[in-house]
Amino acid sequence: MNYDIVVIGGGPAGLAAAVSAWDSGARSVLILERDKELGGILNQCIHNGFGLHYFKEELTGPEYAGRFIELLQQTGVDVKLDTMVLHITDKKEIHAVNTVDGYMIIHAKAIILAMGCRERTRGAIGIPGDRPAGIFTAGTAQRYVNMEGYLCGKRVVVLGSGDIGLIMARRMTLEGAEVLACVELMPYSNGLNRNIVQCLNDYGIPLYLSHTITKIEGKRRVERVIVSKVDENRRPIPGTEMEFNCDTVLLSVGLIPENELTREAGITIDPRTNGAVVFENMETSLSGVFACGNVVHVHDLVDFVSAESAKAGASAAAYLSRNTDGPAVEVKNGNGIGYTVPQKLRLENIEKFTELYFRARQVYGESALVLSCGGKEVLRLHRERMAPGEMEKIILPKAKLAGLTGELTLSVEEETL
Amino acid sequence: MTELTCIVCPKGCRLKVDEENGFAVTGASCPRGTAYGKKELTAPTRTVTSTVAIEGALHSRLPVKTSQEIDRALVKEAVAALKNVQVKAPVSTGDVILENVLGTGTDFIATKTMGRI
Ligand SMILES: Cc1cc2nc3c(=O)[nH]c(=O)nc-3n(C[C@H](O)[C@H](O)[C@H](O)COP(=O)(O)OP(=O)(O)OC[C@H]3O[C@@H](n4cnc5c(N)ncnc54)[C@H](O)[C@@H]3O)c2cc1C
Ligand code: SF4
Repeated sequence: MNYDIVVIGGGPAGLAAAVSAWDSGARSVLILERDKELGGILNQCIHNGFGLHYFKEELTGPEYAGRFIELLQQTGVDVKLDTMVLHITDKKEIHAVNTVDGYMIIHAKAIILAMGCRERTRGAIGIPGDRPAGIFTAGTAQRYVNMEGYLCGKRVVVLGSGDIGLIMARRMTLEGAEVLACVELMPYSNGLNRNIVQCLNDYGIPLYLSHTITKIEGKRRVERVIVSKVDENRRPIPGTEMEFNCDTVLLSVGLIPENELTREAGITIDPRTNGAVVFENMETSLSGVFACGNVVHVHDLVDFVSAESAKAGASAAAYLSRNTDGPAVEVKNGNGIGYTVPQKLRLENIEKFTELYFRARQVYGESALVLSCGGKEVLRLHRERMAPGEMEKIILPKAKLAGLTGELTLSVEEETL
Repeated sequence: MTELTCIVCPKGCRLKVDEENGFAVTGASCPRGTAYGKKELTAPTRTVTSTVAIEGALHSRLPVKTSQEIDRALVKEAVAALKNVQVKAPVSTGDVILENVLGTGTDFIATKTMGRI
């Protein structure tokens, strides 16, 4: 089987990339999706709050996905559902399997990786205590309740204040469960403000910042958890223990980009994002392989996923007709910057401007973002507030970047008033 | 005086609303925040999202939302009203699933197109 462009994953990233590749002139495009429907994680995110930037409307997850599925249906993009991609090679061969075609090898001129994320599990954070039933990742519980109709518990403690955990605290409450607490290790929440207000405050669910679960107890099912306050080194403080009688613990302790396929193909991974290192056009270290969405870095807003993925789709279409290789400048993380995407810029490929997404490492008030090159300031931008939980974006105009070589450094300077 | 966080956009301005002074709002960086602060303390509303049982579709739940925001105090009751609703596939996004929820004049509508299988 041969295709010009093969998109792996049919979530919002894959959908936007495929539509954009088609709109940019590609006419042999295939999406491979392991689930029985398109839409990815959005199918279980039945709450609203999607699309405020992209569609200027407040949509639910399935509605947002539906908009893109409609756009896709107007193209000639092929879709194979219920199809699991097993391997990709550095020759751009894709090994996949489904019940109709069996095992297949697809030869692609360009590949777009859009496999999304997986939730971190309890093992990854190691809570002491028993291993009874009743411990779920928040996303799994969300899929159970919103798609399959099972409520996974009656008395719930949520560990982690990421958005999924907050959304699930409200969802479980509305379905008749009692959510006793949301417990966050850090002194701030990683969730969006609007979710703290609408999901916790509206229902009187307490949020314990700088706290963690120090023990889970229960024989067959969770019976209680012990929650302790932590010090500035995130170590539990003896004597601060609180006991909650609950039958369920939901873990909302972060997402990890799903990059087994990427690693196997020998593509360079950035240890800060756990996603591929990408250039300005979302191309990875393997020429002709692009990546977008949560597989590159964890997004909180699907709108940014769509924007980034449209760029990847257009770049893949452009790649079919011209070589995009060229010298690159690297973007280094200076003071206060957790990571940037893209990590490398090939200035020749930038038309008018390019976007740089990044996360701050801590909460900042009034501050300046400074982009410099070899000690010289290239760009300075003011920010009123930044937090690790909210992805930031800056626009780099081509004019400002012209002639730069070597390394660019992005850093935060606090402004004291 | 009540302090709250504006949730209209991700900036999250810290608002102060003065109940004694006609719900005057300070701290908002834009007019949407001023409107939100006043409404949040006088007549807070929310869009409600939930699911209903569906037969003959790929999954057993159909996601729904209220076509408009409703009084925040009615959210729990509105969700409870969906308990015994049972629909049959096919359903299209926007189809009315439950009319005039709790007499609010707002309907629960489907938020997903689910074909019959
Ligand atoms: C619970 C939750 C709540 C959220 N709430 C909001 C919100 O309120 N507002 C907002 O704007 N954003 C929200 N987001 C963020 C947004 O939904 C995500 O950023 C977005 O869905 C990511 O899109 P994606 O396509 O990269 O990944 P996904 O949606 O995860 O899609 C990846 C797809 O790839 C497929 N796939 C993976 N591996 C393979 C393989 N080997 N073979 C074939 N297919 C494969 C998967 O099945 C999946 O369909 C939320 C996210 C979550 C998880
Ligand atoms: S006041 Fe305006 S700028 Fe501030 S959070 Fe609200 S909507 Fe955003």
